[in-house]
Order: sequence, then C-alpha cells, then structure tokens
Amino acid sequence: MAKIKGRVVIDNERCKGCDLCAVSCPTDVLAMSKSVNSRGYNFSHAVNEEACIGCASCALVCPDACITVYKVKVE
Amino acid sequence: MEQDIKLLKGNEAVAEAAIRCGCDGYFGYPITPQSEIMETLMQLEPWKTTGMVVLQAESEVAAINMVYGGAGCGKRVMTSSSSPGMSLKQEGLSYMAGADLPGLVVSVMRGGPGLGTIQSSQADYFQTVKGGGHGDYKMITLAPASVQEMADFTVLGFELAFKYNIVSVVLADGIIGQMMEKVQLPPYQKRLTNDEIREKYPWATLGKPANRKPNVITSLELDSALMEQRNLNLQKKYKEIEKNEVRYEEIACEDAEYLLVAFGSSARICQKTVELAREKGIKLGLFRPITLFPFPTNEIYAYTNTVKAILTVELNAGQMVEDVRLAVNGTIPVEHYGRMGGIVPTAEEILEVTEKLIAK
Amino acid sequence: MTTKDIIKPENLVYAKPSVMNNNTMHYCPGCSHGVIHKLIAEVIGEMGIQDKAIGVAPVGCAVFAYNYLDIDWHEAAHGRAPAVATGIKRLLPDNYVFTYQGDGDLAAIGTAETIHACNRGENIAIFFVNNGIYGMTGGQMAPTTLLGMKTSTCPSGRQEDLNGFPLPITTLVAQLEGTRYVTRQSVHTANAVKKAKKAIRKALENSAEGKGTSFVEFVSTCNAGWKMSPAEANTWMEKNMIPVYPIGDLKDK
Repeated sequence: MAKIKGRVVIDNERCKGCDLCAVSCPTDVLAMSKSVNSRGYNFSHAVNEEACIGCASCALVCPDACITVYKVKVE
Repeated sequence: MEQDIKLLKGNEAVAEAAIRCGCDGYFGYPITPQSEIMETLMQLEPWKTTGMVVLQAESEVAAINMVYGGAGCGKRVMTSSSSPGMSLKQEGLSYMAGADLPGLVVSVMRGGPGLGTIQSSQADYFQTVKGGGHGDYKMITLAPASVQEMADFTVLGFELAFKYNIVSVVLADGIIGQMMEKVQLPPYQKRLTNDEIREKYPWATLGKPANRKPNVITSLELDSALMEQRNLNLQKKYKEIEKNEVRYEEIACEDAEYLLVAFGSSARICQKTVELAREKGIKLGLFRPITLFPFPTNEIYAYTNTVKAILTVELNAGQMVEDVRLAVNGTIPVEHYGRMGGIVPTAEEILEVTEKLIAK
Repeated sequence: MTTKDIIKPENLVYAKPSVMNNNTMHYCPGCSHGVIHKLIAEVIGEMGIQDKAIGVAPVGCAVFAYNYLDIDWHEAAHGRAPAVATGIKRLLPDNYVFTYQGDGDLAAIGTAETIHACNRGENIAIFFVNNGIYGMTGGQMAPTTLLGMKTSTCPSGRQEDLNGFPLPITTLVAQLEGTRYVTRQSVHTANAVKKAKKAIRKALENSAEGKGTSFVEFVSTCNAGWKMSPAEANTWMEKNMIPVYPIGDLKDK
C-alpha cells in the first residue's frame, strides 16, 4: 500500500507562535521552538518531520498563512 | 422630445435635473419638506431610461452610507434630507470628506432644533458651512433662491463635486423646496460607463485589474505625520475652492449706502424690501451670497468703503451674520434680523428694521 | 525519501493564497480573523474574481482588512458596511461585493443596516465574525456575549436583568425573505476550516445570481479578550459558544 510522506515549510518571521498548528497536527510533527523570530514570537517548527503525512491540517488552521505543505506518495 | 420648460416645485426640479445631468444613483429617506425629491424620482422611473438607481433606504444614516459606497466607485450619487435627517448624516459626510470623495447632498432646511417644525428655516447654516460632522473639513455649499437655481445647482453641485473631489450641498429651505415656478431644465447628459469612470477617476473601486494596485477608499490614517499631510492636502483644496468658486448676486448695490445680506428664501423677500426702500429714497442694496462655502468674504469687504452698515436677514437666530462680521473685520456695523419657528418676515417688516438701524 | 525529494513544486498541497499579500497581519496570535481572511483570499483566487471583488471593511479588529487582501476595498463607518455594500452593488451589479464585520459592527450599531440589507435581499455576501466581545477597543461586552461571560464592561459576567440576552442575529436574518443562504461556520479545526471555505464560496457565487443575500457567521475566538491561550480559546468556544450559536445551515434556498 502506498504511503504518504509530507513536509511543511514554515515562514518563521510570519509565525506568531500561537500553537494552533501543533495542536491540530494528527501526528505530532510540530512544536513551538525555543528560539524567537525578530518580533519575539517562538515560531513553530517540525520536531518530528518524518511523521508528517501532508494532511495540511496545520496550514488550514494557521491564522497567518505561514505554512506551505508538500506531499508525495511513496511506493 | 420631452419638454424642457416646466412649472415645478423646487424639490421636483432637483429630481428632474438629477436625471438629466447623468446622476447614477439616488439614495434617500422621506422627511418633510423634501420627500417630493424621492417621490418624483420614483414616479419618473429613470432606471428604465438612463439606468439610474433610485433606492429608499431604511434611514438617513443608511442613505448617506450608500452614497459613500457609490461615490467610492466614481459614480455620480446623491441623497437629500432635511434638518433632523441631516444631523443623522454628519458621520457619513465627515467620512466622505476624509476619503476625498465627490457627492451631492440636497438639504432642505426646516425649523429646529430637535424634531422642530416642518416649516422653513435657515438654521442649518452652521451645520452645513461650518461642518456638522467631526474634523477639519468643508463642503461646497450652494444656496438656491428659486426653483431655477434648484435645478441649476443640482448640475453645478455635481460638477464642482467631481472637479475637487468634495461633497457639494444644495442648501435650500422649505419655501424653496415647496414653491412652484417656471424652470428651464438642463439638457440631457449621458451617464458615464464603467470604462469611462476607470479612465477619468483612476482612484475609483471598480474591481482591481491586473495592471494596478488595489484601490482602497478610506479615511483612516493612524500615522500622525501622514494624517497631518492628509489634512494639509484637504486645506489646500479648500483654499483653491475659495479662490476659484465664489458666487454671489448683487442687486442695487452700486450706489448702496446700506446693504442687506441674505441667502435663499430670505433673499427673495429682501429683494422686495430693496424695491420698497428705493421707493422711499433709501439707498438700500441686496448682496446675495450664492456660495456659502466659499463665502464671498472679499466681495463683501469691498463694500465697507461705500456702505455704512449691513443687516443680515436670516430665518434663524443669527448664523451667516458671523461670517459677514468676519468679512467686514470690524470696519462697519453688522446687525442681524431673523425670525424662527417657521415664521417668515414680510418685506415691510424688514424695511422697518432697516429704517430703525439707519436711524441709529 | 529525503526532505529535498518531497519539497518540490509538483508536490505542493497548500500555500498562502496569492490574493493574500505578504503584509504581516496585525491580529493577535491565534485570532480567527487571520484564518477567515485566508479563506476569503483563497476563494477569490480560485473563483478568478480578483478583478471583480470589492470588499467593505468594518470598524473593529478587522479595520485594516484592506491591507491584507489584494482587491479593491472600501472602509465603512461602524456598522454601515451593508449600506455601503448596497450602494456599491446597486451601482456595480457585475461585481462581487461582500462585507466583513464583527459582532459590534453587525449586531450592535449596525443592526438596522444588517437587517434592511438582508430584507431587501441585496445581492451581496455578509461575513460575520462573532466572538462575543469587542476586541479592538479592549474587550468590552458585545450583543452576542454569552450570559455569565466576563468582559471589561460586565466584569462579573453578563446578567440578563442588566444586559439582556445574547442576540441571535443570524437566526433573525434567516427569517427574512430576502436572505437565501444563512449559515454558521467555525474555523477552529481543519475540518471546520474546509467547511467554512465551502460556505464562503457558496456565498460569493450566490451573490452573482441575483437571488438575495448570503450571510455567513463564523463563530470565532478572541483569545486576547477572553484572556486565554489560542488553543484554550478554541476549546472554550467549542464548549460554550457553539451550543448557543450552533454550527450549520439555517437556510439554503
């Protein structure tokens, strides 16, 4: 059965660290980083990118349109 | 071809003139003594001929905001009301001024304050000329004294509105709105197409094509420096209008020793007073401001060399008199005579007051 | 498979819509406004109406909505957006005209404009962001604030004898003949977001058909005003707001 592998690219500067993406992710890919961006927000980043299935839940709920999602079928 | 000369009420003349000068939309609310404007438009059904939109809104507030929307699209839009309704519109008028938009408002004054009376007054001079809404802004104010001028100023009001991106107010009173006179209606002018509007008014919101940035119609600017600049630009515009658009009428002023200054219906009565005075050998003249903004300040000041005193006659407690006092700058006495509550003075009554003033 | 293999243009699944520009939005972290703006931008792009859409912005947190979506916009005075939209749509019947309003704008000061635009069946879409509070001015009570909910002008909670009841404005407009599509949506989960986007699309498509007003309420959060984290606010909304403002279509003619 084909597996889906996904990756997200997050615009660190646009991100406000609201955590909604991490909460929405079904496979616990994301968390807020310890670093901050130039506006002082702990931006979201992938802590477990292999678990990403490219469902785009994070991007859908993101209030700042920070997240770009890619997915590919792997045989 | 439709008749161009008709016997009409002032209010009816506004409606007919609006259709003929290519008005795109009228949004209004009934209020005495100007409801005939909208009623006439509804009867004439211009949406079937010129495509003009005529809509009765749920309030004067809604109506001025519909005008605000239409104006932002570069359309020739107008509303009309009377004193209590004009109070409601002040927010919208301030927004239109702040957003640099053109538009026409016909204000047919009635007695106030409050719900007041349905009879005539001129007590909204301050509200219109000094700005009843918030902020540093002005509106071109045209004061008709005849049914002909109601028609003419509807056309002129729109022209000036689009020349300067400003709101023009035709400031009439109940008498002018309700009286019937012969009027020569203006020739028909076609409404602009959307493409013509795009060309003439590139700031208008007609939908953003690929080759330009979005147009945003707004009066909001939180950056102080930018906001000051906006205001300076507005003031510059008003200065230009003051320089170029003053209009007035002089009756028997050339050799006048005393001057009546009056606008609108009170000027009509003062015309008769001047006749009566001249019969008695009194060298009385009538100076009738037509534009209340821009006020004929310099033109009135020019009379201070030859005129001994001025009496303003207004259907109010004394409003335009302040602008006349400013104009003469303390050189000659300026008095005010007014009736309120809808009472209209007779020409004889005004003459009596004038004679008393002369005796002083 | 490495990251480099996956991140390729042909594998793109989701990105910021082109109608939304790069300006950082001023909303608080986690605010529903951002999501709703994004969805409207997506729909306008997908419908190909960027050159026909005209938005009318409110007074409220979304007063600067016009800075984030690249279409023509109008400001409106507080509550007057439906009247402004009426003027625009009546004069430009081929354009897609929508209002974007908060609960104070639409259901307090603008109640008359809301009801009458809907009653006239204006061919516009009304997007109503309901978070039961006045965010921009610092968290005061709104007509849609829940009983018992605390705000800065009802610090011990809304009481019916003092402040009356949460105003079911959406239920009211659904009863008017002039409305053809009235729905409540939310944007707090991925599924809700997908449904909300469909509602926005339907509302805008409807507005081109001359059959009346479409009214989409988004039951939303204001984590700053509610004094919670964004995630907590979503949970609180689900538990407290949605029972009073249930999600779903009230009308779909």
